[in-house]
Amino acid sequence: MKTVFKRPHALKDKHMHYCPGCTHGIVHRLIAEVIDELGIEGKTIGVASVGCSYNNYEYFNCDMAQAAHGRAPAVATGIKRVNPGNVVFTYQGDGDLASIGTAEIVHAAMRGEKITTIFINNAIYGMTSGQMAPTTLINQVTTTSPFGRKPELHGYPLKVSEMLATIEGAVFVERVSTHDIKNILNAKKAIKKAFQVQMANLGFSIVEVLSSCPTNWGMNPVKALAWIKENMIPYYPIGNLKGKDLEV
Amino acid sequence: MGKKLLMKGNEVIAEAALRAGCKCYFGYPITPQTEIAHYFAKKMPEYGGTFIQAESEVAAINMVYGAASAGARVMTSSSSPGISLKQEGISYIAGAELPAVIVNIVRCGPGLGGILPAQGDYFQAVKGGGHGDYKMVVLAPSSVQELYELTVEAFNIADKYRIACMIMGDGILGQMMETVEFKDKEEIISADKSWALTGTKMEREQNVITSIYIDPEVLESHNLKLQRKYKLIEENENRVEIFNCEEADVIITAFGTVARIIKNVIKMAEKEGIKIGLIRPITLWPFPNEAFEKYATVPKAFLSVELNAGQMVEDVRLAINGKNKVFFHGRMGGMIPTQNEILDKVKEILKG
Ligand SMILES: Cc1ncc(C[n+]2csc(CCOP(=O)(O)OP(=O)(O)O)c2C)c(N)n1
Ligand code: SF4
Repeated sequence: MKTVFKRPHALKDKHMHYCPGCTHGIVHRLIAEVIDELGIEGKTIGVASVGCSYNNYEYFNCDMAQAAHGRAPAVATGIKRVNPGNVVFTYQGDGDLASIGTAEIVHAAMRGEKITTIFINNAIYGMTSGQMAPTTLINQVTTTSPFGRKPELHGYPLKVSEMLATIEGAVFVERVSTHDIKNILNAKKAIKKAFQVQMANLGFSIVEVLSSCPTNWGMNPVKALAWIKENMIPYYPIGNLKGKDLEV
Repeated sequence: MGKKLLMKGNEVIAEAALRAGCKCYFGYPITPQTEIAHYFAKKMPEYGGTFIQAESEVAAINMVYGAASAGARVMTSSSSPGISLKQEGISYIAGAELPAVIVNIVRCGPGLGGILPAQGDYFQAVKGGGHGDYKMVVLAPSSVQELYELTVEAFNIADKYRIACMIMGDGILGQMMETVEFKDKEEIISADKSWALTGTKMEREQNVITSIYIDPEVLESHNLKLQRKYKLIEENENRVEIFNCEEADVIITAFGTVARIIKNVIKMAEKEGIKIGLIRPITLWPFPNEAFEKYATVPKAFLSVELNAGQMVEDVRLAINGKNKVFFHGRMGGMIPTQNEILDKVKEILKG
């Protein structure tokens, strides 16, 4: 019999603190599976950020640093420059990466740092209880946009991947989703490729993962997944933006 | 003995860092310290290290956090407005107990202020400019030779205690050309860095560098551990120059370049039969309290001369602890007190 659900070695045998139906856990698993498949756990260094996943070093087995809000790409830069032989990734939410950390992510990409960023876009600030993020959709109600996000007041949601794809040093950019099995498998492929691009020293790689926050969206987990498909994907189209054909 | 060279203060900082095994420099341009970055940019390739002109001081200090996490000797430098931006990172470096060397070639504030010499960042440096209960070692050289020696020392102290070490100078020192005698070989302590992030190689448990502890009991004990470390540093690392203090009529306290002016004032005063002593803190934190305790009742009064509105003088008063009078004379905005001005102040104090 084939074991379908074996815990990857790169993931600790630990209960995760995420809310029921939160996709952070799924993405952790995908990253761990990729680390296992590439056989790189011993040389991988992760950088946790500030958000619900602030302590994901409790879940990954590799060496990890915890970075200040938005600064993970700068911390990863420091680590990678000291240890060019290591595989270095950051794990950042959309408040972390697309708001307070815009300068750090843009310039890590501009320098073509050989790091990989896993960018969790759940259209909201999770940890601080559901404030508007730069990625919050038009008319989406949050605790700081109680009447919905209005373009005339708040501007339009930031398409981070499209923006980063214009940067020469960002050689692999892909947006994926976690709303069903097929997409989760695709997400894993993209994460794997992003790591391989780093290992081949080609430049900066990023995977934007459309994710759910059932708690702050005020939905049950099933509805939340449907909401990704029906509301997020039309604005944030999934697919590869750059580097699909890179040889790794 | 080693080589004698005529060099600019800022360049000596970078040269000393490279000799001390500094493998990474991250910075953002700001006057009056930019020569440090220029020197690193040119020389770092020879040493096989990393030089990055970061997108901001915020990014630079976080690159320092990363490189220090990975176990490298690392430096960043800036001047006052840039150091303000680095406070977030300094607090995280303190919390995560990372060794790092930070140079502040202080200029005038507040705000954009001006680029001339000042000592207005004393409070920020020694009282903790960032959030939380933390300390960093602050070294205040007053000559180019000392700039060299203390820079090497800063890396050793940082590694030994896993702490941020600041070198605080000003534009006079940074721009000054002086002879400096380099040693043939630097004394570099070998510190245990088994905590560094290098990858587990599947041979050891995971290493984690973090400053967050959600459990209050754990966080309190982490803080207590930091405080024990700070106590140890206070006991072992305070440095001070004591000059002419026996039988002094007045003891002046000053740090950095101001202390150079005081030495001339001492000579002038001698001719007029006034005996002035100097206590020059070399470490601003830990503050050399013992020196002040020892001489507390010797002179008629103490006088702190600073390029600010009165910052170190608060620590002098704490150290003197009511045993003597403590006066202050300061200039701001890049104005430097003249020797006569200081001597007049001394005479005024002696007149009572
Ligand atoms: C400098 C700073 N500002 C604000 C905060 C508070 N804070 C913690 S988590 C967070 C938002 C994180 O949101 P996101 O990056 O979207 O991650 P999520 O929680 O949704 O996974 C904020 C603002 C902080 N820790 N540090
Ligand atoms: S608040 Fe949202 S993002 Fe955070 S763990 Fe819960 S569901 Fe996930």
